[in-house]
Amino acid sequence: MAKLNDNGFEPKIVAFLCRWCSYAGADLAGVSRMTYPANIIPMRVNCSGRVDAGMVMAAFEKGADGVLIGGCHPGDCHYVNGNYKTRRRVILLKRALAEVGIKPQRLHLEWISASEGVKFQRTVTEFTGLIKELGPSPMSGDGED
Amino acid sequence: MSRIGVFVCHCGMNIERTVDTQAVAATLSEHSGVVFTTDYNYLCADPGQRLIKDAITEHKLDGVVVAACSPAMHEPTFRRVAEEAGLNPYLCEIANIREHCSWVHQDRDRATRKAIRIVKTLVEKVRGNQPLEPLRIDHADKCLVIGGGIAGIQAALDVAESGLEVILVEKEPSIGGHMAQLSETFPTLDCSQCILTPKMVEVSRHPNVRLLTYSEVVEVTGYVGNYEVKIRKNPTYVDPDKCNLCGECVKVCPKSVGNEFERGLIERKAIYIPFEQAIPSSYTLDEEACLGLHPLRCSECAKVCEPKAIDYDMRPEYIEESVGAIIVATGYSLYPISSLGEYGGGQIPDVIDGLQFERLLSASGPTIGEVRRPSDGKIPKKVVFIQCAGSRDPERHNAYCSKICCMYTAKHALLYRHAVPDGEAVVFYIDIRAGGKGYEEFTQHAIEEERILYLRGKVSKVYRQDDRVVVWGVDTLSNRRVEIEADLVVLAISMNPHPSILALSKILKISCDADGFLKEAHPKLRPVESLTAGIFLAGAAQGPKDIPEAVSQSSGAAVKAVALLTKDKLIHSPEVVEIDEAICGGCGICVDMCPYNALAVNGAGVAEVNEVLCEGCGSCVSACPTGAAQLKNMTTQQFVEMIEVALQDG
Repeated sequence: MAKLNDNGFEPKIVAFLCRWCSYAGADLAGVSRMTYPANIIPMRVNCSGRVDAGMVMAAFEKGADGVLIGGCHPGDCHYVNGNYKTRRRVILLKRALAEVGIKPQRLHLEWISASEGVKFQRTVTEFTGLIKELGPSPMSGDGED
Repeated sequence: MSRIGVFVCHCGMNIERTVDTQAVAATLSEHSGVVFTTDYNYLCADPGQRLIKDAITEHKLDGVVVAACSPAMHEPTFRRVAEEAGLNPYLCEIANIREHCSWVHQDRDRATRKAIRIVKTLVEKVRGNQPLEPLRIDHADKCLVIGGGIAGIQAALDVAESGLEVILVEKEPSIGGHMAQLSETFPTLDCSQCILTPKMVEVSRHPNVRLLTYSEVVEVTGYVGNYEVKIRKNPTYVDPDKCNLCGECVKVCPKSVGNEFERGLIERKAIYIPFEQAIPSSYTLDEEACLGLHPLRCSECAKVCEPKAIDYDMRPEYIEESVGAIIVATGYSLYPISSLGEYGGGQIPDVIDGLQFERLLSASGPTIGEVRRPSDGKIPKKVVFIQCAGSRDPERHNAYCSKICCMYTAKHALLYRHAVPDGEAVVFYIDIRAGGKGYEEFTQHAIEEERILYLRGKVSKVYRQDDRVVVWGVDTLSNRRVEIEADLVVLAISMNPHPSILALSKILKISCDADGFLKEAHPKLRPVESLTAGIFLAGAAQGPKDIPEAVSQSSGAAVKAVALLTKDKLIHSPEVVEIDEAICGGCGICVDMCPYNALAVNGAGVAEVNEVLCEGCGSCVSACPTGAAQLKNMTTQQFVEMIEVALQDG
C-alpha cells in the first residue's frame, strides 16, 4: 500500500464498522493506546452486511474522500453470512464508483476481528496514506480521479 | 427530537488530556436541536449519573447523547439512567470519544475536532430514534436434549433436577454412548460402566425426564423459547412392556451381522440387545438385518416368543413437542479406520482402533477382558500403539489434535501390561499432551514404572508378514529407523464429529466449524452456546474432549437452558426490522437474504417481519430495492444524516 504522504491534504474518511468485530477491534486499538491518523469518523453498524450502496454513495456525495468498511472475517460473521454479502456488494460498488469517475480504491473493505487492534491501526494508517496520495475526491472539492 | 442534551465526559484525564471537552460541549450547544450541553469529570460515577437525570427532568430532554467511552462499556449504564429519569432508554446514545478518539490521537486540536464530528453523528442518530419497548415473549418450559451419551445424560439430569421437564432423544436402542464401551477410565482407572450405569438408571427413572430411544429429531421450527420439535420413534418390533428378556428369540434368529457395540469384533443377531446393562432393557429387531418382517419370510423369533412381545406391524411413531431450549450432545465417531491405508487400516485384521481395544480390555467384552487378537484369538506378546492416527496431519487427514488419545493410549498400554505381564508395549507419539488433573502423573507412571517403551516419531508404514504385523517408523530422539514385528497394532484414531451432525445442524439451523464440529457462539466466553439463541452445545459434538470436560460442559449448557426457561418472559431487542407496507413491492428479496427466516411475504403481497426471530443484522435492509425494510433506530435516513454531519466543514 501507499506510504504516508505528507502533502498537507487532510482527507475525510467515513468508516462503517460492524459492532461485533471491527468496532470492537477499534476499541482494542484504543485500549492498547495505538495511534493512527484522526481522519476517520467511525460509525457503528450491526453488521457489515447492513452497509448498503446508498450509504456508501451518500458518503462520497457528501464529500468523503474515502470509505472504509470493517467486517468480521469470513466464516466468523455474527449474523451467519452478512460479510459475504458485503464482499459481493463491494465488488459491484467499486465498479459503480469507477463508472461515476471515482477511483475504486477510495472504497476499502477489510476483515478486522475483535482481537485485531493492530490490524485496525495498520488498516486506518495505510488507508489514510493511500487517500492522501490520491488527493481529494472529485465529489468533495477540486479533486480529479 | 428537538430537545437533545449532550453530556461530555472527561474520564479523568483519559479523554480530557487530548480532547478539549469544554470546546466539544460549547460547539455542540450551537448544533440544531441541542438545548443542553455540559462536561463533567466522571459521568459514570453516581454524581455524574445524577447530573444527567436532573438535566433530563429540568430541561425536559427528549434525547440524550453521552460522549464518553465505548458503548460496549457503559451503554447499559446510561440507558438505565435515562430510563430512571423517565426517558425511553432507546433515546439515549453513546458517542465513543475515548477508545476511538482520545486514546488513539495525540494532537489535541485534531482530536477535539474529530470528537465534535463523532458526537454530532450521534446527535443525528438520536434525533431519528423512536422510543422502543423490549419485546417480551412467552415460552415453553421443556428442554430437549439430543444425544444420550454421558454428555446428554448429564445435561438431562441437571435440567430435570431444576424441576423442568426434559425430553431426552437417543438415536440408538440404548443410552450410554461411547462411555458404555470403555473398559476403565483415565487417570483413576475407574470401571467406566460402574460409574456410568447408575447415571443411566437415574436419568431413565427421573420423573421429569421423558426418554425416547431409537428416536431421531426430524424437524425443528420456531425460535428461542418456542421451538416445535418433531421426533420419529423408530419401530423396535418388540413391545418392551411384554418382553421378559428370556432371550429365546436370539437363539433362533438365523441372521448375524457385525455387533456395533463390540465394534465388529463379534457378531450379533438381527434381534438383539445392545449390551447387558442397556437402557431401556429390551430387545430390538434390526429391520435392515432381519430377513423380512413378514411371518411368511422367517418369523422364527415370533414363534418362540412366549409373551408375544414381537410385533411385525409396528410402525414409526411421530411425537411432537414444544420446547423452549435445545441441548445438542450428539458426541463423536471415529475417523474411519479404512482411511488409514498406510497403517493397514481396514485391511489387516490385527490393526484395530482404540475403541476395539477397549472392548478387548473390558470384562464385559467379547473376550471377557482377556486381550486376544482378532485374527486368531492368540494373546499378543508385542503390541504397538500408534498415536495421532489421523490427527495432526493436515496434508492427509484431520489437522486438529483429538485431545484424548495421549491419555487413553497410556491407559491402554498400562492395562495391556497388567493383563499380559510378559507382553511388550511400544507407543509411537509426536508429543505427549497430558494437560489435566493427574494426567501428567499418569503418563509418567506408565512410561517409568510400567516399562512401556515410548518412541517419539511417526510411523510411516504398517504391513503384514506371515502372522505378524510389521511397523516401520522412526525414533526422532535417536534419529534411527525402527522396525518392529508386532502381534497387534492399536491405532489411536482421530475423533470425528458424529456423522448425523451435518443433517441435524441443518434441521436446527446452527453452524458447524471447518472440521465439522458444532460451532460455539464464542470460543472463549460462550463455549456452550450456539449462535442461535436457545440452542446449547455439550460434549464432543462441539470438539474433541474427555469425559470430565464433556460433563462440565453439559452442566454449563444445562444451567444456560435452565436460566432461560425459568424466566417469566423472554426479552428480545426491539431494534429489529420494520416494513413500510406502503412501498413494499412484495418481491421477497428480503426473505432470501434473512439468515433467520424472520421474513415472509404475506397474503397481502407485502413482507412481514417476525420480530422475535429478527436479530437486527440489516441484511434485508441493504438488499431491499424500495427502501421499505428499515432497521428501527438505524434507518438509512439516519445514516445519511449522520454521514452529512460527519463530513461537514469546520
